[in-house]
Amino acid sequence: MQKWNEIEVEEAKKLNEIKYDFVTNVKPAYQVQKGLSRSVVEEMSKEKKEPDWMRNIRLKALEIFLSKPVPTWGPDLSELNFDDLTYYIKPEDRKANNWDEVPKEIKDTFDKLGVPEMEKKYLAGSVAQLQSEGVYSRLRKQWEDKGVVFMDMDSALQRYPDIVKEHFGRVVPPSDNKFAALNTAVWSGGSFLYIPSGVQLDLPVQAYFRMNGALEGQFERTLIIAEPGASVHYIEGCTAPTYSQYSLHAAIVEVYVKKAAKVRYTSVQNWSDNIINGPTKRSWIEERGRMEWVQGSLGSKITMTYPSSILRGEYASTSNLNVALAVGPVWKDNGAKVIHAAPNTSSKVVAKSISGKGGMSVYRGQLRINPGAYNSKASVQCDALILDDISKSNTYPHNEILEESASFSHEASVGKISEDQVDYLMSRGIREEDARSLIVLGFLDDVLKEIPLEYSIEFNKLVKLEMSKYGAVG
Amino acid sequence: MVANVLSIKDLHVSVGDKEILKGVTITVKSGEIHALMGPNGTGKSTLAHTVVGSLRYKVKSGELLINDINLKDLQVYERARAGLFVAFQEPVSVQGLRFINYLRTAYSSLHPDEKLEYKKFIEEVKELLNYFGLDNSFIDRGLNEGLSGGEKKRMEALQMLILKPKFIILDEIDSGLDIDALRVVSKAIAKAKENGAGIIIITHYQRILDYIKPDFVHVLINGRIAESGNGELAKLIEERGYEYYRGGEVDAKVE
Ligand SMILES: Nc1ncnc2c1ncn2[C@@H]1O[C@H](COP(=O)(O)OP(=O)(O)OP(=O)(O)O)[C@@H](O)[C@H]1O
Ligand SMILES: [Mg+2]
Repeated sequence: MQKWNEIEVEEAKKLNEIKYDFVTNVKPAYQVQKGLSRSVVEEMSKEKKEPDWMRNIRLKALEIFLSKPVPTWGPDLSELNFDDLTYYIKPEDRKANNWDEVPKEIKDTFDKLGVPEMEKKYLAGSVAQLQSEGVYSRLRKQWEDKGVVFMDMDSALQRYPDIVKEHFGRVVPPSDNKFAALNTAVWSGGSFLYIPSGVQLDLPVQAYFRMNGALEGQFERTLIIAEPGASVHYIEGCTAPTYSQYSLHAAIVEVYVKKAAKVRYTSVQNWSDNIINGPTKRSWIEERGRMEWVQGSLGSKITMTYPSSILRGEYASTSNLNVALAVGPVWKDNGAKVIHAAPNTSSKVVAKSISGKGGMSVYRGQLRINPGAYNSKASVQCDALILDDISKSNTYPHNEILEESASFSHEASVGKISEDQVDYLMSRGIREEDARSLIVLGFLDDVLKEIPLEYSIEFNKLVKLEMSKYGAVG
Repeated sequence: MVANVLSIKDLHVSVGDKEILKGVTITVKSGEIHALMGPNGTGKSTLAHTVVGSLRYKVKSGELLINDINLKDLQVYERARAGLFVAFQEPVSVQGLRFINYLRTAYSSLHPDEKLEYKKFIEEVKELLNYFGLDNSFIDRGLNEGLSGGEKKRMEALQMLILKPKFIILDEIDSGLDIDALRVVSKAIAKAKENGAGIIIITHYQRILDYIKPDFVHVLINGRIAESGNGELAKLIEERGYEYYRGGEVDAKVE
C-alpha cells in the first residue's frame, strides 16, 4: 500500500536524530571535577571572576540546598545522585557576537539545530548556550540603539552588575525549593534581557539551551526585566542528545513585568528521554502588566515545571498555556501557580496533557486569590487525553479563593480517543496512527496555535513521531 | 473510462449477537445511481458502516468487492484508498482538528501519486464552500465542530467532490437540508456521477430523487432487500408505505 505517511514519520524520525540527537565533539575549555561541594562552588565563582556578593549568594544557597530533602511528593527522583553530576562545563573560552567567530564544531551544532537560520529569518536577537556557558549572543542593532540588552547572564553580571544585583534572586529566592537552591549555588549561563521603558520589540528574541553529555548538569539563570510600557516575546528552546544515563536540567527564570509592560515567554522543549528537568519559572507582574506563559513540552524522563505569576498590581493579568506529552516511560508533572495579590487582576490557565505507553501526566496547580483582590477573575482548565490502559493522568488543583467578590472557574476533563472518530478519519483514507495523531493535535490545538508557526510546524511533526510509537495496531 | 463495479453479495452482518443484515445483494457500476430505502432500523446505516469496515459490524458471510479487490481483507483506510467514500448519517466531530488540515491529509492519503499544491487546493475548497453556500471560515473550523445538522451534510458533500472516490454511499445526506441546500447537494451528486462515480443514496424521501433520478431503487426490510426496481419504485413506496411489505409478502418479493 501507499507509503506517504510512513515517509512522513521517517522524516520526523530523521529530523529528531539528525537535528537533535547528536553529540558535539568538543574538549571543554574548562570543567570542574564531578560532585558538589563548597570548593566546587568557590572554584566556579573564581573561574567566572565574579564579585564577592555573588559568591556569597552561591555559598548560602548551597547550604540551603544541602538542608532541603529531595521532594518526594511527585515523580520518583531516587535515581538522581547529586555526587555523580558535573556542575560546570565550559565548552569554549570566547563568547562570540558573530556566528563566524564561533568554533566550527559548536557552530555546526547550532546550524543543525537551526538557530542561526531562525535568527536571520525571524528573531530580533539570539543567545546560544552549550553546556554551562553562553557561546554566542547577538541583538539587532536597531534594538541595541534603543537600549535593549540581550546577552548571556555571566556577561551581564560583568557588564551590568548593579541591575543584576538589584533583581537577582528576588522573584525566585534560593529557599523556594531544592532545585532553586541548587541552581542559585551553581548557576551558569542563561540569558539576561532588559527592555527599557516604552520599548516594544516587534520580533521575538530567543535563547537556545543545548545540553551535550551524560551526567551533566545545566543550570542556566534567566532574568527578564520589562520596564514600564515595554513589551517583548521571549522564546526558549531546549534540547539534548540521548544517553543511557540521566542528566539534570534545573534552570531559574525570573521575570519582572513592570507597569503596563507585557512579556510573553514561549518555551519549546524537545528533551531526549534521559533528562530530568526541574526549572523554576516565576514572574512578578505590576499594575496593568501582562505575563503570558506558553509551553510545549516533549520528551524528558521527568519534568517538574510550574510557571508562576504573582499579580501584584491592579489590573495585572496573566495566562498560562501548557501542552505536555508523556508518551513512554515519562513523568510529566506540570502546572501553574497564580497568586492574585491585587484588585481587578485576571488569570487564565489552560493545561493539556497526553499520556501514552505507560506515561504519567500530572497537573499540579495552585491558584490563590488574596483577600482584598476585589473583582479578580481566574479560570483554570485542564484536559487530559489518555491513549491506552497502561497510562495515567492525575490532577491536583489547589485553589484558595479568599476574596468574596472574585470569580473563579475550574474545569477538568479526562478522555480517551473515540473509536468513532478514528473510524471516520480512516474512512477518508487516513491510516490509523495518523488518525490518532490528528485527533491528538486537534486536542492540543488551543495551545499549539499560540506557539509561533516557525516552531509549531516542527512541534507538530514531533507529536506525530511520538504517536507513531503506536504503530498501526487494530 | 474503465467501468468499476462495487459488489455487495449475500451479505450477512451482525452487531453484537444480533444479526442485522440477512443477505443483502446490490451491484453498483460506475455512473449508476442506486437509492436504498426502508423503514427506520432495518439496517441501511449498518450496510454503510459495514462497507466502510467499522470493526463493530461483523460480516458473517457474503462478499464485498470493488472490481476484484476483496474489501473484507482491507482495513478501513485501505478501503477508502480502493475508492470508497461514505458520507455518514451522523458525521462525528473532532475538536481542534482544522478542516483544511484534515482534508489535505485525507487527499494526499487517497492520491499519493499526485503532488498536492496547497494553494490551489485551498482555492478549490473555497470555491466549493461557496458553491455549497458556506463561508470561508469553515476552512479553519474544527472538523464538524459545532456545525449545524445541515452544515455537516453539506461539508460531507463537499468532501465527496474533493476526494474523488469511485464509489459513494450517502447515508441520509438529504435529512436536515433546507430546500436550497438540497438542490445544491443534489447537483453535487449529479456532478460526482458525471465524474464516473457509482453512488448509493440512502434516503427516506422521494424529494431528493426528484432532483437526481436513480437508475435503481432497493427497499430494505428487516435486513433483506424486499424489492428492487427502477426509479418508479420510489414513487410507489411513497404512495403505499412500507406496510405493503409486512406479513409474509417480504419473501415473495425477493428476486
Ligand atoms: N453499533 C450498534 N450497536 C447496537 N445496535 C446497533 C448498532 N448499529 C446498528 N444497530 C441496530 O441495528 C439495527 C439497524 O440499524 P441501522 O442504523 O442500520 O438502521 P437504519 O436502517 O439506518 O435506520 P434509520 O432509517 O433510522 O437510519 C437497529 O435496530 C439498530 O439499533
Ligand atoms: Mg440510518
